[in-house]
Amino acid sequence: MRQLLFLLPLSTFILLAAYFGLGLTKDPGLIPSALIDKPAPTFDLPSLMPGEKGINEHDFKGKISIVNVFASWCVPCLAEHPIWMQIHNNTSIPIYGIVWKDKRETAMRWLEKHGNPYTRIGYDPLNVFGIEWGVYGAPETYIVDKTGRIRFKHVGPIFPKLWQSQIFPLVEKIRAEKQ
Amino acid sequence: MIVELGHFTLILAFVFSVTQAAFGFTGAAAQRIDWINAAKIAALVQFLFTTLAFAALTYAYVTSDFSVRNVFENSHTLKPLIYKISGVWGNHEGSMLLWVLVLALFGAAVARFGGNLPSTLRARVLGVQALIGIAFLTFILATSNPFERIVPAPADGQGLNPLLQDPGLALHPPILYVGYVGFSVAFSFAIAALIEGNIDASWARWVRPWTLLAWSFLTGGIALGSWWAYYELGWGGWWYWDPVENASLMPWLVGTALLHSSIVVEKRNSLKSWTILLSILTFALSLIGTFLVRSGVLTSVHTFATDPDRGVFILAILCLAIGGGLALYAWRAPHLKGGRLFQPISREGGVLLNNLLLTTAAATVFLGTVYPLVLEVFNGSKISVGPPYFNATFVPLMAPLVAAVAVGPLLGWKRGDIAGALSRLKATALTAIIVFIFVAWTAGQNSVWAALGIFLAVWLAGGVLTELARKIGLSRKSPMESWRRLMRIPRSSWGMSLAHFGLAVFIIGATGLSFWKEEKIVLMQVSETAEIKDYRVTFNGVRDQKGPNYIARQAVFTIQHKDKEKFSMTAEKRRYPVSQQETTEAGIKSGWLEDLYIVIGTNDEKNGQTVRIYLMPLVGWVWMGVLIMVFGGLLSLTDRRFRIGVPERQKIAGPSPAE
Amino acid sequence: MLLTESATAVEPSELLENPHLEARARSLSVDIRCLVCQNQSIDDSDADLAKDLRKLVRKKLKEGASDEDIRDYLVSRYGEFVLLRPRIKSDTYILWFGPFIILLAGIIGIFIFFQRRSKSNSTQPSLILTEDEEKRISELTNNRG
Repeated sequence: MRQLLFLLPLSTFILLAAYFGLGLTKDPGLIPSALIDKPAPTFDLPSLMPGEKGINEHDFKGKISIVNVFASWCVPCLAEHPIWMQIHNNTSIPIYGIVWKDKRETAMRWLEKHGNPYTRIGYDPLNVFGIEWGVYGAPETYIVDKTGRIRFKHVGPIFPKLWQSQIFPLVEKIRAEKQ
Repeated sequence: MIVELGHFTLILAFVFSVTQAAFGFTGAAAQRIDWINAAKIAALVQFLFTTLAFAALTYAYVTSDFSVRNVFENSHTLKPLIYKISGVWGNHEGSMLLWVLVLALFGAAVARFGGNLPSTLRARVLGVQALIGIAFLTFILATSNPFERIVPAPADGQGLNPLLQDPGLALHPPILYVGYVGFSVAFSFAIAALIEGNIDASWARWVRPWTLLAWSFLTGGIALGSWWAYYELGWGGWWYWDPVENASLMPWLVGTALLHSSIVVEKRNSLKSWTILLSILTFALSLIGTFLVRSGVLTSVHTFATDPDRGVFILAILCLAIGGGLALYAWRAPHLKGGRLFQPISREGGVLLNNLLLTTAAATVFLGTVYPLVLEVFNGSKISVGPPYFNATFVPLMAPLVAAVAVGPLLGWKRGDIAGALSRLKATALTAIIVFIFVAWTAGQNSVWAALGIFLAVWLAGGVLTELARKIGLSRKSPMESWRRLMRIPRSSWGMSLAHFGLAVFIIGATGLSFWKEEKIVLMQVSETAEIKDYRVTFNGVRDQKGPNYIARQAVFTIQHKDKEKFSMTAEKRRYPVSQQETTEAGIKSGWLEDLYIVIGTNDEKNGQTVRIYLMPLVGWVWMGVLIMVFGGLLSLTDRRFRIGVPERQKIAGPSPAE
Repeated sequence: MLLTESATAVEPSELLENPHLEARARSLSVDIRCLVCQNQSIDDSDADLAKDLRKLVRKKLKEGASDEDIRDYLVSRYGEFVLLRPRIKSDTYILWFGPFIILLAGIIGIFIFFQRRSKSNSTQPSLILTEDEEKRISELTNNRG
């Protein structure tokens, strides 16, 4: 019995080392979304483009949507932009853009220069949408299903492998779901 | 050329580490004095080569040799010389080199000054030190080589984080490392003793000076970092429970327990197995701290640039060193002979209580620091454990400890007279209660908690003075006799009294800062005056200042404090063009009772200047308290008995030595 | 709260007029994490997102939300990670009760330590001499001898 007591420090350490080892595979800065499988929060954003219709949560009903948070000052947003152009040209999935913490003119110029893959674009200079959706940086991408529930969130730029291995399969899966 | 030589000498240091380990262990096992001597020489040579390697890297920084990747990433021609030098250890690779340098320094010191140790013990201690050195030198050479070149050499460097261009922070790593890494000696002693299978009172006497040295420097190093945070970060905070801070606090807590525990081994030949465990755990926590800071598993304000590969390597070192050490402990410690008896109420019992609370506190800090990581691995959920948690758990553990520190030294060894001790503390208790009532009555906000903090501090200080008075027989003997006794108190005894007294002073400062901070946040126009308590602060405007590698926006203020003479203060926002970073330089006027602390915000001057004025009560007592503690530790070190090394028989005349 | 570092990045324009509400805002903010910083609260941080969250907290306070309401609101969007003071739930029992359990285990351990000692040594406690007493005995016997 006494012998076992002396083994206690060692066994505690081994357990700890195992956790440390597994912990090395995680990213401490990444925050998982608290909104997965919950209905998209209520919001109502004016459009970035003057005269156009804005976006609110009712727009998600009846179809699968991609929501992409971006800004003109955001470098990774530029890096992922070509993929959105491709998705816009090759699929019928609507991509809703949210201009986050940016100036209207700068954002419009950015889109003119690099192309506009978005079905509609919401303008969120005051971070109202951002806080509702738990946005803490750009770019961030959400997948919203036909009933208006958030099913997926990705923080950081989208890249082809992610689209192929995770996002597109999820879209297919949602398509196959019964109402 | 010098750089390549530096790389080469580092490899040589590695070679001599291997030599040191080989000769150390085989020499001790075979009882061959020539091999044991070879280990001693290897330790000295290893230190020499490590120093040369470090000097080579320093040379590269001083000459701004940007063909060296490390220099390119962390230095710039515009940096003042002193910060070019401190830049050597202001990054991952350089600081690892400093780490092994301090390790080699301690190994060499044991080789050079450990003449009074039995040769087999010393050989094994050197052997263990060498094994640690081998592990980390391999780590550096394989994953973190500071001597890597880049071709073609860039014209200038990427500068250094301006926050690091600061005297306090320049000194912080070296001092911290002497503490942090210095506990490796206690670790080596413990492993060596476990291998030998025998620990007696003399072992503790030999370990104590090394532990004291490491402890004193760790205390100072932590305080230096804290002081830096206070004046540099512009928030007036001094402790954030950030994982990196916790990484240095945990070895400190367990190291303090070790220090006290080893006294019991020395005086009473008791608590041996527990003290060995503490020796292993203290350095284990240093190693775990190194892992947490450099592997990327935790976010922190000042983790180094992280790399999972390095993390894996350090984890491997952890498993070998800590796993090996604890396995050896599990195997050999049960066979250690038990020590002498003592009653629960006794000075040994007091140390046991001290150990219990300190290790529980360390475990609590550890729990809070690694819990987010463990939980995420366990079930994927991500939580934060921040200062609210630590404040709620750490402080309630420390409060009873502080109260006990006043009583402990008044108890005798083996069997203590608690009633007697407490009756001697009557005057102290009365004073403390009066102070408590006074503070609770007058302090206003948060007064009861604050009063409790001050109460504990006064109780502790009174306990220290009471114990001193008893030692010199103040009320029983003549003043002449008391004076004579005062002069004869050994330095290690003074060290204890000073360290405990310093703790009391620190607690007063911490209490003041925690509860009575005042602030005023205003938008000021030129010539406008803001009032805080009995200070009138007038904003005189901003001007631009140019520094060696920065441009500053400097705000000038005139302060009127009560009816004293007016004085001026400045507060700045500095912009460093190379690294595109901004720092805040607070204006601080330090006084005995409080600091006046002024910070300006970054904003356009059309609406006025954002000014934040703080009053930081008793903050000076925090630094003063720690300085007294460090001084006490170093004073103990100079006690004659440590230099002699052989356990002395207790002389009969005079009071029993209190520590 | 004990040992709260109420350092701040709050701008004068953010402060609420009602000192009660402002005090609540500050104490709430200290417990809310700035998500884009390393280990700072929104009270401490200069970051944009921290500022937005500070404003949000004050807006909700003016609307009459309770402290817990505001925390729930943020957690439902950002997850438990946003709270610097972890909430007590099954996930965090070990965290919150751990220190107490460790302390208890230590006390029990010490208790067993003393039990075992007194069992293996039949010497009566009162017969264990202190150093002073041993000295006096040797003094007395020396003087005799």
